[in-house]
Amino acid sequence: MSRRVAVCAVAQIKNEPDIWYQRFQGMLLECFEELIKKTGVTFDMDKGIRNIVTCSDDVFDARTISDSGMADVVGAHLRGEKKSAQNGINALGYGMSMILSGHDDLVLVMGHCKESQSESRNMCTNLAYDPFYLRPLGLDFLNVSAFQAREFMKKSNITDEHLAKIVVRSRKNASKNPFARENGSISEKDVISSPYLSDPVRELHQYPVTDWAVGLLLCCEERANEFTDKPVWLTGFGNCMDSYFPGDRELTSNFALKKAAARAYKMAGVKDPKTDIDLFELNDAIAYQLPLWAEGLGLVPEGESDLWVESDGMDRHHVNLSGGMLNGNPIMLSGLARAVECFLQLRGEAENRQVDGVKRALAHGTTGGAGQHHGVIILEK
Amino acid sequence: MKKEKDFDINNCYTISGKLALPYTYFAGRTGSTFITHIRDNKKIMGVRCNHCNKVFIPPRQTCEKCLSMISDNWVELENQGEILNYTVVRYDDNHLPRKAPFILAMIKLGKADTPVIHIVEGISINDVKEGLKVKAVFAEKTTNTILDIDHFEPV
Ligand SMILES: [Zn+2]
Repeated sequence: MSRRVAVCAVAQIKNEPDIWYQRFQGMLLECFEELIKKTGVTFDMDKGIRNIVTCSDDVFDARTISDSGMADVVGAHLRGEKKSAQNGINALGYGMSMILSGHDDLVLVMGHCKESQSESRNMCTNLAYDPFYLRPLGLDFLNVSAFQAREFMKKSNITDEHLAKIVVRSRKNASKNPFARENGSISEKDVISSPYLSDPVRELHQYPVTDWAVGLLLCCEERANEFTDKPVWLTGFGNCMDSYFPGDRELTSNFALKKAAARAYKMAGVKDPKTDIDLFELNDAIAYQLPLWAEGLGLVPEGESDLWVESDGMDRHHVNLSGGMLNGNPIMLSGLARAVECFLQLRGEAENRQVDGVKRALAHGTTGGAGQHHGVIILEK
Repeated sequence: MKKEKDFDINNCYTISGKLALPYTYFAGRTGSTFITHIRDNKKIMGVRCNHCNKVFIPPRQTCEKCLSMISDNWVELENQGEILNYTVVRYDDNHLPRKAPFILAMIKLGKADTPVIHIVEGISINDVKEGLKVKAVFAEKTTNTILDIDHFEPV
């Protein structure tokens, strides 16, 4: 059995603060039509797409069974469709497993999220918590992450200065990414003097509200050349869910990320991520998470991420050259945004942020407050 | 790549909507016991996993580590404990139980092994710190949720 799945093409719209002038169906349709044009794939029931994996969220869309409202525009009408209502990295892992299991040859992965539609993103994430123990206290992904930020900053020597450097670098990198949200440049002083949202998380430490849509065409190894002469291979996937109650978790132990990464590394034959992987895209929803996740992935020895940030380790290891989630990707799709950047880099299509000689890359996604769930995908040339 | 200016928005509009749907939730057998002890007896209860030798709050039916049934192993916790971690919420929003700024803390109650999250009042947001001892202040009116403890305040 083949152990790898081809990504034949990706299509995306630009990340924007408020796409009020387009329905999410229209956003998806643009991606969908571009994928058809790039690959010539059809919906023939013998040779074409018979299965689609979508990624969206009921609360962000304000409609239950959120996939049913756009199944037709992503070609899922009258054929197989499955929805992932977790971070899109899982939609990609799901599509990958459908092909590796032999269930189908071709899978289309389509994701959308308009964070701008609701009055408050924090109210949306508050609904992730139960109505007895956590929701009444007003917990949301921001204030729960603040607990993790405090604990990590205490344990790791990561300071406000390190976080400012991470945010400024994210904006700088994003300015070279034509699909990134346009946030304007800022200084480290701006970050350090931005007001606290939920101590120690400051306003500029958090990713801004963003709308986006994306699509990827996956194919089995045997047929990939029908759709592209430059496939990128998915060679490893792992994910892991940590405990539900924040108080049950060791918030800075990276328990779930270590498990997710170990599974992906084993599947892809990665021995040491520091030397075996050329480029990393990490799901940094809030600035402190970039060094925390880097430790969890084994990219940085535990407790040394402050030195790593100071010594430009993020540049040396080619981390988040897209700008990362920190610059703005919707929460549902941040892992897909990471994978798309890896795809472009591996194909040599990352324009003026292109790194020479990228052979293997890692894309990461998280779901839940303070990274309750992690997913890791390894992509190769 | 299309941007806002590339879209025809003549005679286009947005509409306002709202999701507001009342629900009735079953609190569960374990959850019901927990909440009624707070409401009626002013007692905060945890459950012990005898196998893992660990006392959990909020209580649950099963230990996630060893999968033992633990919901009958009730342990009365102390009504006071120590702040392990905290944040000052400085934004206002409809889902928040207080006007900003207010303190949310992870509090390890006496006899518990996991911290419970709750609101801390009766102290300036500048004075909250790890290690601070706080005690439960019970709500006068029940909501049948964790807010039957109204908040914690310094001992
Ligand atoms: Zn146990």
